[in-house]
Amino acid sequence: MLDLLWLIPVLTFTGATLNGLFGAKLPKSVVTAIGVGFPGAALLVALGALWQFAGTAEAFSQTYWNWTAGSLTIPVAFLLDRLSAVMLFVVTFVGFWIHVYSVGYMSHESGYWRYFAYLNLFMTAMLLLILGDNYLIMFVGWEGVGLCSYLLIGFYYDQVFPPYAGKKAFIVNRIGDFAFLVGMFALIATFGSLRYADIFPQIAANPGLVTGSDYAFGLPLAGFIALCFFVGAMGKSAQIPLYVWLPDAMAGPTPVSALIHAATMVTAGVYMIARTNVIYQLAPGISQFVAVIGAATAIFAATIAIAQNDIKKVLAYSTVSQLGYMFMAAGLGAYSAAIFHLGTHAFFKALLFLGSGSVIHAMGGEQDMRKMGGLGKHLPQTSKIYWIGCLAIAGIPGLAGFFSKDEILHAAAAEHQWALYAVGLITALLTAVYMFRSHFLTFAGKFRGTHEQEHHLHESPPVMTIPLWVLAAGAIGAGWIGIPELLSFGADLNNFHDILEPIVLQPAGLAVEEHHMSGALQWVLLLLATAAGVGGWFIARSIYGRERGLAADRTFEQRWPAVHRLLENKYYVDEIYDRFIVRPLAALSYFFWKGIDMLVIDGAVNTGASTVEVAGEVGRFSTTGNVRNYALYFFAGVIVLFVWLIL
Amino acid sequence: MTVPVSWYLMLAAALFAIGTIGALTRRNGISIFLSIEVMLNAANLTLIAYSRQLDSHTGQVVVFFVLAVAAAEAAVGLALFIAVFRQRHTIDLNRINLLRW
Repeated sequence: MLDLLWLIPVLTFTGATLNGLFGAKLPKSVVTAIGVGFPGAALLVALGALWQFAGTAEAFSQTYWNWTAGSLTIPVAFLLDRLSAVMLFVVTFVGFWIHVYSVGYMSHESGYWRYFAYLNLFMTAMLLLILGDNYLIMFVGWEGVGLCSYLLIGFYYDQVFPPYAGKKAFIVNRIGDFAFLVGMFALIATFGSLRYADIFPQIAANPGLVTGSDYAFGLPLAGFIALCFFVGAMGKSAQIPLYVWLPDAMAGPTPVSALIHAATMVTAGVYMIARTNVIYQLAPGISQFVAVIGAATAIFAATIAIAQNDIKKVLAYSTVSQLGYMFMAAGLGAYSAAIFHLGTHAFFKALLFLGSGSVIHAMGGEQDMRKMGGLGKHLPQTSKIYWIGCLAIAGIPGLAGFFSKDEILHAAAAEHQWALYAVGLITALLTAVYMFRSHFLTFAGKFRGTHEQEHHLHESPPVMTIPLWVLAAGAIGAGWIGIPELLSFGADLNNFHDILEPIVLQPAGLAVEEHHMSGALQWVLLLLATAAGVGGWFIARSIYGRERGLAADRTFEQRWPAVHRLLENKYYVDEIYDRFIVRPLAALSYFFWKGIDMLVIDGAVNTGASTVEVAGEVGRFSTTGNVRNYALYFFAGVIVLFVWLIL
Repeated sequence: MTVPVSWYLMLAAALFAIGTIGALTRRNGISIFLSIEVMLNAANLTLIAYSRQLDSHTGQVVVFFVLAVAAAEAAVGLALFIAVFRQRHTIDLNRINLLRW
């Protein structure tokens, strides 16, 4: 099955092509069969390939052809190593179940075939991104997922906001992509190649290549490339300051938010940094920067999430916050912890989004939690599932989030980065508070919507609940492959860390710092993390639990109106960007349009044209149509000619 | 006594000038036509004069070509004038300005 690696993206691409070209004319059942069948087949092939890969666990590479441009040759090749294997599983598995869920969720939409075509295309691009054997293939996938994200955010193109949000996502991403490109150019200029297998061993064997003299902006090559790639990751993975597109991306259909804007695409930046770990290890300053930005994003987004009333906005900011966690881990050098959290987050955040989708579906499109409440009675399964998701993300022991989050906090403590640790811990507390708040506001208390909505409430069909239960199982169990040393009782049960260990190349001459913490300290840290999760639940329950509902929010609003306004309006970041970046840019564009383009360029062309026109207007009086005049011209011409010849 | 070549040339120049002035000032198409014939014959006279002066037959041969061209021109031109006259009942060139903008 390993030889069939190429087939995985080809299958999803076939699905996208068939539905994209013929979907409008096909009956809905056929569209469903194509749209879900091909990702399903891709999942089976991927599982087969992974099974065979697990036997040897040796990196497997397949080259299809070489793309040559001048002296640069880029192989179009796929690589399955331990890192891409983890990603491959997450993407195909979570992706497939979200496709299944979409069958139920999107069943009443008119653009059903279009939706599945885009979603399959997204899977293709994502698979290219993770399976590529060099940065260029990754970049093709990187842009492809950006395109699909744009298409799917703007899926409801007949409304005003979604196309705007899609455009915003695309443009913000371009800023990051530009930096990514610059980083790739620097790699080509230095190594003449973009293949991981060419670059990384060279750097690992001879770190002096990239840490020597200044390359640009006072940074050595490693720092420069690390910075460029991180700016690229900022765009794709929604980190400060480029996170603003992700909350708006919730304008797309909810399964899209689950697949693209929570589980897979937005984690591409984390994957890229984990992939580039050799360079990041040699750029400690930039790594620290990554960790700080990650931590700042984590706590910043978490505080916003507390004051949001749109259930999807809460989840969106939660995603930004959790991505910040992953970057914090990557910046601290805990690449396996970052990927571990990426995997568990894919499960529980997809679960939460799909759960919220089930709620929105039942509410007839309503997303405002202020109009929900008491849904636990009507949607018992969704309520339970959402509860599991909340427990997992809050880091309650035993569920997936506990293990991965603990590993990140552990990494921060091990590096003695106590400030980052504190931020992580507070974020964990905030995470638990806002997640349980959303659960209590949605499922507990009395129903606050209209009578019509209450009458309409129904549990989702099995095609939606079954994927939810599958993902719930993942949200519970996915963490068990990475049990911390402390809880392993002597045995080494942190399998995930061991699996990913070999992808972290050790640059020569870089001392391995073994941080060993005393058992007691580890227990304290573990209990603190648990206390944050449980404490968050307790706070949320005492504020929002039972019949209290929105009363607490109103109290908060009255007591600290300034703080509440600040949080509800997301620190006015969008407004600040609008004022200081968007509008000056728009003014500059307006100047170039009216001043340069219309006045100078069009003016030059039009002046030329009107000069010719005036000359014609004048010159046409010589053409009288009178033969004798022409004869006179002719005669005069002959005389002139003679005079000229003779003299 | 031989007539000097300059006399021929002066006669030819006079004829040419008369023809040119006629072609430029006349309004009747036929008159212009005749004026052009006069100009052509002035040129012929020049050719003959030089032919005799230089004792060469080339000039006389060219004269035959000119006569042939003039005859053809006369045929085509008269046909055109007849066609124009049938259409517009005049061959006053001031009133035939079809080539105007």
